[in-house]
Amino acid sequence: MTATLIWTLVAVVVLVAIGLYLSWTAGRLDRLHARIDATRAALDAQLLRRASVTQELATSGVLDPAASIVLYEAAHAARQAEEEQREVAESELSQALRAVFAEPQQVEAVREAPGGVAAARELTEAVRRVPMARRFHNDAVGAARRLREHRKVRWFRLAGHAPFPMAFEMDDEPPAALVDRAA
Amino acid sequence: MRIGIVCPYSWDVPGGVQFHIRDLAEYFIRLGHEVSVLAPADDDTPLPPYVVSAGRAVPVPYNGSVARLNFGFLSAARVRRWLHDGAFDVIHIHEPTSPSLGLLACWAAQGPIVATFHTSNPRSRAMIAAYSILQAALEKISARIAVSEYARRTLVEHLGGDAVVIPNGVDVDFFAKAEPKAEWQGDTIGFIGRIDEPRKGLPVLMRALPKILAERPGTRLLVAGRGDEEEAVESLPKELRARVEFLGMVSDEDKARLLRSVDLYVAPNTGGESFGIILVEAMSAGAPVLASDLDAFAQVLDQGAAGELFANEDADALAEAAVRLLGDPERRAELRERGSAHVRRFDWSTVGADILSVYETVTDGTTAVAADEKTTGLRARLGLARD
Repeated sequence: MTATLIWTLVAVVVLVAIGLYLSWTAGRLDRLHARIDATRAALDAQLLRRASVTQELATSGVLDPAASIVLYEAAHAARQAEEEQREVAESELSQALRAVFAEPQQVEAVREAPGGVAAARELTEAVRRVPMARRFHNDAVGAARRLREHRKVRWFRLAGHAPFPMAFEMDDEPPAALVDRAA
Repeated sequence: MRIGIVCPYSWDVPGGVQFHIRDLAEYFIRLGHEVSVLAPADDDTPLPPYVVSAGRAVPVPYNGSVARLNFGFLSAARVRRWLHDGAFDVIHIHEPTSPSLGLLACWAAQGPIVATFHTSNPRSRAMIAAYSILQAALEKISARIAVSEYARRTLVEHLGGDAVVIPNGVDVDFFAKAEPKAEWQGDTIGFIGRIDEPRKGLPVLMRALPKILAERPGTRLLVAGRGDEEEAVESLPKELRARVEFLGMVSDEDKARLLRSVDLYVAPNTGGESFGIILVEAMSAGAPVLASDLDAFAQVLDQGAAGELFANEDADALAEAAVRLLGDPERRAELRERGSAHVRRFDWSTVGADILSVYETVTDGTTAVAADEKTTGLRARLGLARD
C-alpha cells in the first residue's frame, strides 16, 4: 500500500517536472518567434530605406541617364516585388548598385553634386545596414529552427501554429567603392 | 540613446576587453549618448562616473586558469537593479559566454541585446555541459558582433548562428601624433606584451635574436611589459644580453612613443589571439610590423599587404625576415605607408559608427530593455510563467 503511494507520488513529481520543462521550452520558443518578427521588421525597414535612397538618387539627375534608368528600375522592382520574388528583386538591386558604383570616381561625382555628400552618406549607410539586418534575422531564424527540430518540440507540438521560420537569402554584397573607407 | 554596457572582467585589472569598453563608452558619451557600464570592481576602487560596480569579482579556477568572475545571488540582484534603474534602449554585453556578468545580464534582461564575442576559445568541456543553459540565454541576443572573421568562425562552429564582424577600435591619431623618443631610435626592434606569458611569443624572439645580432650587431631589442626580466634573457648568450632593454610596464603615452620610435615592431605571438589590437596600434604609429602568421594577425595585416608575416614559432624565419627588413629602408617606408592607410578602418570614428548602426538596427521599432520577469520573477522560478 505504502509502496503504491510512493510510486504514485514519484510519478506525479516526474510528470510535473516534465510539464514545467515543456512550459519553459515553449516560453523560449515564443521569445524566439518574437525576435524573428522584430528582426524581420528591421530588415524590411533597411531594405525599404535602401530602395528609397536609390530611387531618390536615380531621379535627382546627378547620375548619367543610363545609370539613372538602371537604378530606378531595380529600386522600383524591389519595392513592388511580391513576397516570393522579393529575394530576387533585392539581389538585383544589389547588383545594379554594384554595377553603377563600381568605380570610386562615380562616388566622387555624386559627392560633388549639391546635396551629394548627404546622399552618398545615406546610401553608404543603407548598403552597410542591409547585410547587418539580414544576418541578425537569419541568426534568429537559425536559432528557432534548431529548437523546433528538437524531438520535445515536435512531439508535444510546442510551436503551435506558428509557420516554420524561413531565412531571407539574397545577394547583399555592397558596392566596393562605397564601403571601402580605407582609401 | 540610453546605452548599457556590461563588462565581464574586473575594471581594476587592465586588459584588452576593458580598454575596448572604456574607449567605446567615452566615444558614445562624446557623441551625446547616455552610457552606463556595469563592471566588476572592488568597492573602494575609484571609478569613472559612467561605471557602476557590480561588486568584487571572485577568483575561481575556470578553464585551466584562475579567472576572476562574478556570479551568485548578490551579483544577479545587482544586475537586475542596474537594468531596472538604467531603463536602457539597448544593452551591449561583452563576452556573453563567460560565466560572469555577461551571462547574468543576458539571463536577466529582455529587449534589444547586442553582444560582442572577443575571444575565440576552443570549445571547453564546461561549455559542452552547459550548452543548453547557455543556448537559452544566448537566444535572447538580437545582434551578435565578432571582433574578427576568425572569432566569427569559432562562434559559428561552436554555438551556431551568425555574427557581423566589427573590429576593435583604436584611436589612430593618438598613436600617429605621438612624439618619437631619441633614445629608442636607431636600429631598434620593439616588443610589447607580457614577458612571462609564452603565448605572447617572447621566447621565439629570443631564439631568433642571436641570428639577427650576428648580421646586424648594432640592433637593440626594446621590451615593454611586465614579467621576470632575468628569466626572459636566460636562453641568450651572456654577451648578447646587453642588447635587450627592458622598459617594464609603460603608460599609454610611452607605448605610443615607443611604437613611433622603433624601426621594426615584432609580434611573435604563438596563439590565443582573436584580434591583435597591438598590431593596429603599431601600424597607427607608423611602425613597420613583422608578425607570426596566426589567422587573426593575417587578417589584421590584410594577408600580408600591410605588414610582413613569418611562419608561426619559426625563429629562423623570424630572424631572416627581421634582418631583411632592417637592412631595407625602402621596404620599411612602403610598409609604413600601407599600414597607415590600412588602419583607418580600425579608427573609432569608423568602428563606433558601425556599432551604433547595429544598435539602431536592433532598436528599430522595439521596446526598451527591461528585467525579464519570465526568467527572473518568482513565477518563473516556480516555473509558472509562460506568456
